[in-house]
Amino acid sequence: MAQPAPLSTVRVVTLTIDDRDFSAREDETIIEVCRENNIPIPSLCHLDGLSIWGGCRLCMVELEGQTRLFAACSTRVTEGMRIQTQSERLRSYRHTILELLFAERHHVCAVCVSNGHCELQWLAQKCGVDHVRVPYRQAAYPVDSSHEMFRIDHNRCILCTRCVRVCDEIEGAHTWDIMGRGTDCRVISDLAQPWGDSTNCTSCGKCVQVCPTGALVKQGTSVGEMVKDQHFLPILARRRHAQ
Amino acid sequence: MHPEDLAEKAAQFRAEEAAIKREVRVCMAASCQSSGAQPVLTALTEICGDGKGMCHVKGVGCMGLCSAGPLVAVADKDCDLADSVLYRDVTPADAPDIMQSVCGAPVERLRCSTEQPFFARQQRIVLENCGLIDPDSFKDYVAVGGYSALVKALSEMTSTEVLREVTTSGLRGRGGGGYPTGLKWSTVAKTPGAQKYVICNADEGDPGAFMDRAVLESDPHRILEGMMIAGYAIGANKGYVYVRAEYPLAVERLQTAIRKAKGAGFLGHRVADTQFSFEVEIRLGAGAFVCGEETALMASIEGLRGQPRPRPPYPAEAGLWGCPTLINNVETFANIAPIIRNGGAWFAGIGTEKSKGTKVFALAGKINNTGLIEVPMGTSLRDIIEQIGGGIPDGRAFKAVQTGGPSGGCIPAAHLDIGVDYDSLKTLGTMMGSGGMIVMDDSACMVDVARYFMEFCMTESCGKCIPCRAGTQQMHGLLDTIAKGEGTRADLALLAHLCEVVQATSLCGLGQSAPNPVLSTLRYFREEVEAKLVGE
Repeated sequence: MAQPAPLSTVRVVTLTIDDRDFSAREDETIIEVCRENNIPIPSLCHLDGLSIWGGCRLCMVELEGQTRLFAACSTRVTEGMRIQTQSERLRSYRHTILELLFAERHHVCAVCVSNGHCELQWLAQKCGVDHVRVPYRQAAYPVDSSHEMFRIDHNRCILCTRCVRVCDEIEGAHTWDIMGRGTDCRVISDLAQPWGDSTNCTSCGKCVQVCPTGALVKQGTSVGEMVKDQHFLPILARRRHAQ
Repeated sequence: MHPEDLAEKAAQFRAEEAAIKREVRVCMAASCQSSGAQPVLTALTEICGDGKGMCHVKGVGCMGLCSAGPLVAVADKDCDLADSVLYRDVTPADAPDIMQSVCGAPVERLRCSTEQPFFARQQRIVLENCGLIDPDSFKDYVAVGGYSALVKALSEMTSTEVLREVTTSGLRGRGGGGYPTGLKWSTVAKTPGAQKYVICNADEGDPGAFMDRAVLESDPHRILEGMMIAGYAIGANKGYVYVRAEYPLAVERLQTAIRKAKGAGFLGHRVADTQFSFEVEIRLGAGAFVCGEETALMASIEGLRGQPRPRPPYPAEAGLWGCPTLINNVETFANIAPIIRNGGAWFAGIGTEKSKGTKVFALAGKINNTGLIEVPMGTSLRDIIEQIGGGIPDGRAFKAVQTGGPSGGCIPAAHLDIGVDYDSLKTLGTMMGSGGMIVMDDSACMVDVARYFMEFCMTESCGKCIPCRAGTQQMHGLLDTIAKGEGTRADLALLAHLCEVVQATSLCGLGQSAPNPVLSTLRYFREEVEAKLVGE
């Protein structure tokens, strides 16, 4: 997984985000500085403790003097950088990307175990997505309940790969991976075998906790009952790096 | 090895065949083979026998005019294509007549003029050996001056001098983006690192483009030579050629070339008896278009899933296995040997102010002379299509030419007089791309064309980022609705908005450029699109 090469001597830089001044280490990414300072920046694939992915494109920001947009999760800060995280253009793009996600698979909150505890739902509320302009695709994807403790419902998967990364980078099992292309992409356990048959899954449940939607859940949960806890991740990741 | 030793070797190879006066060259590139060149070669070889030691039949690479294949050229030894007698649409039954003509009058019924603009208007640098030498023969390549640039670089030039020549030449990346090659090389050269890599991107995936395939099939040693010169210039000792598995013939010929170059001491440990060592390995692509994107290509070589990652870090800084990596396209590497041989200033004298040298284009679609051409940068589209391409068949009218594949766009008749280079195409809202040109006549529906390319992007999206994965699917759906005559003005507005979002937010070049065919259709053929809307 791509992680920017560590710099040998790290300096501290100053920069402005939404016209406010901040200081940061130059090996930090924009999103890390924003999170540190409680600047809301939407993202579904980034998670503190996991490697950079750059897939959801919701964290795109504007940099002064540049016409193109930059993903806050994969752009390092530099001295004098002037960042805009909220603009009419960014709001419109984020709105559209969320619409595209809602239209891609079956994200029906009313019957979802993660209703009320879902990052996709929160983001939609924050970004004011109250309707979807593009046609719903809603192709049928399988649900795998073969694991005795957990279940994966591909219809609610947004392919953020947090599960793949946490399993590989933190648990070290690498049970999960991605198969297929485009919208046919699917998270798979082992070599596209039922999860319950996996011989290397340790049933640690980290993938379930980091999943932002109701795609990975505990068995036996009903509507709105699946509450996730991701606090373990940064602590675990930092201890690993300290070793 | 000294350049003089190589020149001696080349003279010796030529002397070995000094008795041979006449050659019968049969095009054995993929296109002619698919129209039956193999039986023609067999029949000719059989009749020729030993040719009394004065004549021989050999398989060569692409001669360019693919629409007239199988092509056979009869010529004096060492004569190029323009001075040969060229025969078109040859069948094995024509073999006796052709062999008769070797020492007699040409067979007029099969004759294909080499004075027509298709041949006369071209300037061949990249393709200079294509159709002349046997691609499987190391001796043939050396006899025409092959590896002299490498030996010159290794024995007489420092790596800085090589970099300077490439920079002076003004060569720009032939893979599509047109990034200055000299700048790319010197960036990798200056990046510290004990291990560096050279990658040749031969994952040519644009629909209708076959330039790289032809070069690999016709002149594979030239790519190795270019890669080795690059390796010497940047300080790399290992190279990878990433070829798509759909090019079995190119892979086979490249493998032969690697084997023979190694056997002759021009590849591997101590290249040409110098301190420089260089290994080349072939990696096969598994049919994913996105693997032409450099970060996805490198992931694929590493054995990972072929999908892009955010840049920076750029490959020059952290590429293959985290090492500084130089990655160039086949045609870029093919330009290196002539630049070193003749000097960067010579190359800079060809082409336009900001785009130097020549460009190979693959002409496809509704055009008489489909095939491969090489013209100086700045040649007008009208010359390429009407003169070299021979115009539109069946007396129909020209409508548009599509350049740059799924990342490019269509150019209408009004802009045909523009000289083709990187910047002029950009101002027209399309791009050079790798060099595919698909010509369309007045029967083409531009919404269909846009839908076709969007379908291509949709099925080739790796699925990593949402705008490309879901956006191309939605844009394809909207184009489909419009093509069926069921679209509304609101659909068209939504389509334009999605184009903007996907272009601005996608992770890699595939997604960022996926809307281009739609945008160019809306720019030049808006009326045609609007006429298809409900109630118009």
